[in-house]
Amino acid sequence: MQDKNSVGIVQSKIFKSEAALLLDCGRKLENYELVYETYGTLNQKKDNAILVCHALSGNHHLAGYYTKKDKHPGWWDNLIGPGKSLDTNKFFVIGVNNLGGSHGSTGPKSINPKTNKNWGSKFPILSVADWVNSQKELITHLGIKKLKAVLGGSLGGMQALQWSIQFPDALDHTIVIAAAANLTAQNIAFNEVARQSILTDPDFNQGDFYEKKLVPKRGLRLARMLGHITYLSNDVMKTKFGRKTKTKGYRYNFEPEFEVESYLNYQADKFVNEFDANTYIRMTKALDYFDPAKNNIKNLSRIFKKVRSQFLVISFTSDWRFSPDRSKEIVKALLDNNIKVSYAEIDAASGHDAFLMSNDHYHAILKNYFLKMLNKK
Amino acid sequence: MKRNNKRSDFEIISNWVGDRSKVLDLGCGDGALLNYLAERKNITGFGIEKDKDNWLLSLKNNIDVIQMDLEAGLSGFEDGSFDVVILSKTIQSMHNIEALMKEMLRVGREVIVTFPNFGYWRDRLQILMGQMPISDELPYQWFDTPNVHLCTVKDFDQFCFEHKIKVLDRLVVTKNRSVHFCPNFFGALALYQLVKK
Repeated sequence: MQDKNSVGIVQSKIFKSEAALLLDCGRKLENYELVYETYGTLNQKKDNAILVCHALSGNHHLAGYYTKKDKHPGWWDNLIGPGKSLDTNKFFVIGVNNLGGSHGSTGPKSINPKTNKNWGSKFPILSVADWVNSQKELITHLGIKKLKAVLGGSLGGMQALQWSIQFPDALDHTIVIAAAANLTAQNIAFNEVARQSILTDPDFNQGDFYEKKLVPKRGLRLARMLGHITYLSNDVMKTKFGRKTKTKGYRYNFEPEFEVESYLNYQADKFVNEFDANTYIRMTKALDYFDPAKNNIKNLSRIFKKVRSQFLVISFTSDWRFSPDRSKEIVKALLDNNIKVSYAEIDAASGHDAFLMSNDHYHAILKNYFLKMLNKK
Repeated sequence: MKRNNKRSDFEIISNWVGDRSKVLDLGCGDGALLNYLAERKNITGFGIEKDKDNWLLSLKNNIDVIQMDLEAGLSGFEDGSFDVVILSKTIQSMHNIEALMKEMLRVGREVIVTFPNFGYWRDRLQILMGQMPISDELPYQWFDTPNVHLCTVKDFDQFCFEHKIKVLDRLVVTKNRSVHFCPNFFGALALYQLVKK
């Protein structure tokens, strides 16, 4: 059943770029495609567009349904829609699947026109800056010179941050949620475990598994399970699962019996059917490499000198993967440069995942910030 | 950290703030003071507010507002990065006042502090009658008050002297009127303009 504030049935579109994209790794990507969705209407002045960047496992499908029978709407449907906090009656909202993704944009699963085979292991590792460059191409293609805002959580927040640095005059507002200016060693460590679980899965075959009709399910499952543990807080896991079991008494075997096990297995199974292993390991690399301040957080103030947009920075108290302290570093560097910034630290129990949840205060903040964009330049 | 609706102190504070100053308001409430200063003095203002509802009010009032707890200090701010740092009717609810004053004087070139004068005769009278004072400036019951460090004008003068804080200007007012005779007895609200010695 769809709610009356849903954007309803939506369709993806494809942007074919004719320009070659010069990547941070030194390689070039030619004739790439980006799959995207838009909601709401671009006004005549073309100044009401908001780009939403997705996180590690996200995609371009932000809101609405593809068919009437769809059970699940887009991943940020609780935020985006007519009359919702990000009001599609007022804004033109754009979601794009990042290059290298597994939901339709050119990625490792795509056919490399030069070899007529799947890219597989040959697909380059893209950076956050590369993504931003490709997104800029799409925005230009849509006839938009300046975005009202770029918005994202987690890896999406890093892209928003990168936009403000890379194209300072192409956006009015930057909204960085549950993100950081770079990853901590602990975060990189989690990513490495996830990568190793995929890389060492025999079905991964060094990344060239498509033609052999293999799927490195075991590796991808482990990576996703690990991820899920870190996206939640200890407290929320206690409340959600505790030590509850599915059956009475222990069975003394290795079948999942604690509810937390079932949850992780369910999430893992769901994930392998919709996500590509090559994409996953590349996305985690983009996360690890992201570091506009070049390994010296003090440089951030210097980097922000060229920033022209206003900022909203949001963190969540129980998020230990991207803790409030990491957001405060961004806020400090912005303040050093006299950049207009508001910062909220939201009391939420659900850990890193909180940025995807519907929390009244969180959404009220976003709603009012969006309204402010319309009222004030 | 509620802002008193009567904006008796805004005008005086405004007189101490230079045109186009960069101002940090600690415990900014709904942002009314910063908006007042933006109108009168064309300032660039930032607010700090811990309470989430007040924070949202500030955002709605177009204030750039940082959510943080003042008790943790002002570590996110560089030395001398603000022309003026204001602590308006908030000091009485702070726990570590010495540390906060030091932080304010580090971050701001000038500091403005305002507080309800606990030496005001009406407060003294209520205590003499055997009860904790309740007034316009101190509207709370003893059991629900956020105020933990109430002080008098005389106390604060002494605090500044002992902590080597220079008082550039001091005004004590009652109902918007400046009190010159026995201010620690007849004045309800004290306002200080301070710098490091």
